[in-house]
Amino acid sequence: MGHVSYEEAKKTVLKGLILLALVTVAEVAIALLGKGYIIPGFYLPRWLIYIAMIGLSIYKAYFIMGEFMHLRYEVKGLVSSILLPFILLVWAIIAFLWDGAWWGEKRLDYKTEFQKETQGVIDEAELEDTIELLD
Amino acid sequence: MSTETINQELETTKNNEVSWDGGSEPFKASYGKLMMWYFIMSDAFTFAGFLIAYGALRFSVPTWPEPDFVFQSFPGGLTGMPLIFVTLMTFVLIASSATMVRAVQEGQRENKKGVVFWLLMTILGGAIFLGCQAWEWHTLIVKEHMTLSENPFGRHIESGTYLAGDGYDIEAGDTFEAGAYYLIHKKDGEWNQIPYRTADGEIKRQELGPPAFGSLFYFITGFHGFHVLSGLILLLIIAINAASGIYVKRKNGYEMVEKVGLYWHFVDLVWVFVFLVFYLL
Repeated sequence: MGHVSYEEAKKTVLKGLILLALVTVAEVAIALLGKGYIIPGFYLPRWLIYIAMIGLSIYKAYFIMGEFMHLRYEVKGLVSSILLPFILLVWAIIAFLWDGAWWGEKRLDYKTEFQKETQGVIDEAELEDTIELLD
Repeated sequence: MSTETINQELETTKNNEVSWDGGSEPFKASYGKLMMWYFIMSDAFTFAGFLIAYGALRFSVPTWPEPDFVFQSFPGGLTGMPLIFVTLMTFVLIASSATMVRAVQEGQRENKKGVVFWLLMTILGGAIFLGCQAWEWHTLIVKEHMTLSENPFGRHIESGTYLAGDGYDIEAGDTFEAGAYYLIHKKDGEWNQIPYRTADGEIKRQELGPPAFGSLFYFITGFHGFHVLSGLILLLIIAINAASGIYVKRKNGYEMVEKVGLYWHFVDLVWVFVFLVFYLL
């Protein structure tokens, strides 16, 4: 490692292991608590669960890359050349999830339109035939 | 212009020339390590593409299954234990990442025995992880009959009352709310889609869930499992090499162990996000 003594480095590994395990337990606990598995009838708002999960996962990734993969101790240029390209993912996540939500809306619109036309229950076989025809 | 400034300028020119001649390391990392980092980066984009596709498809289907309903089995025929088994798997992988760091540290001290011991511990962890994944796949394929094109995990978008039982956990007369999850079982090799009466009085049958869930699950966890398997083979090769003493002769602080270590941590890093997207959200 170079920057710390051998004994200290050994301790860092153990600390890191315990830290990552605790964060994972926290994530699962939040998921189960928030979705009403631990205390019956108790739920956390979905957005709070999502923010906590994503935040904790990014922290885990930061720790694994920084300490285990040693990126924190590399030259600045190396670190930037590896991390900066990931900014592209911010665009990709927003764009694709947005688009996904739009596909979902269209799917619902299509189903209700079809329901109006047929004045009744959607018949799956018929629906599939129609989709094939449209294709 | 003073002589000092001129001298400094000459000095800079000389250094630049030296840089252009090569031989210096601006990133203070060896070629192999640097290229391992860039490989990891490109691989991370592949995984990001997969996971973002999962997100987009999930957003597009209102009946997408809930992970803590899908992943609730535990070895020994136990069920109703959401996410517990996959949490254990995650622990094993994190632990194998930590033992890998120990192997790299022993390598830097040129301690051959230590390197081989910690590499073997890492291999053990990776093998247990793969075994757990095999069990999880086995449950989904054999017990729950999820395939690449058929997914038995669905979700109701309206409330209603079941008109028949399925012999598992649904009884005739059971009511459910919109948003409730269900698993369709097979009966005599056919999907046993239970009929129900909606609040409006219409009679419908349970629909199979979105097929993309099954194919994405097998592709993404399979792609990750393939990385674990490749990592295990690499670890086995360098463990044998380390034991043979070849890295002692190279006198570079077991750099090969460090490079494979980077790859192994990456496998753990990807699992953090597969775990997040597939099991937690």
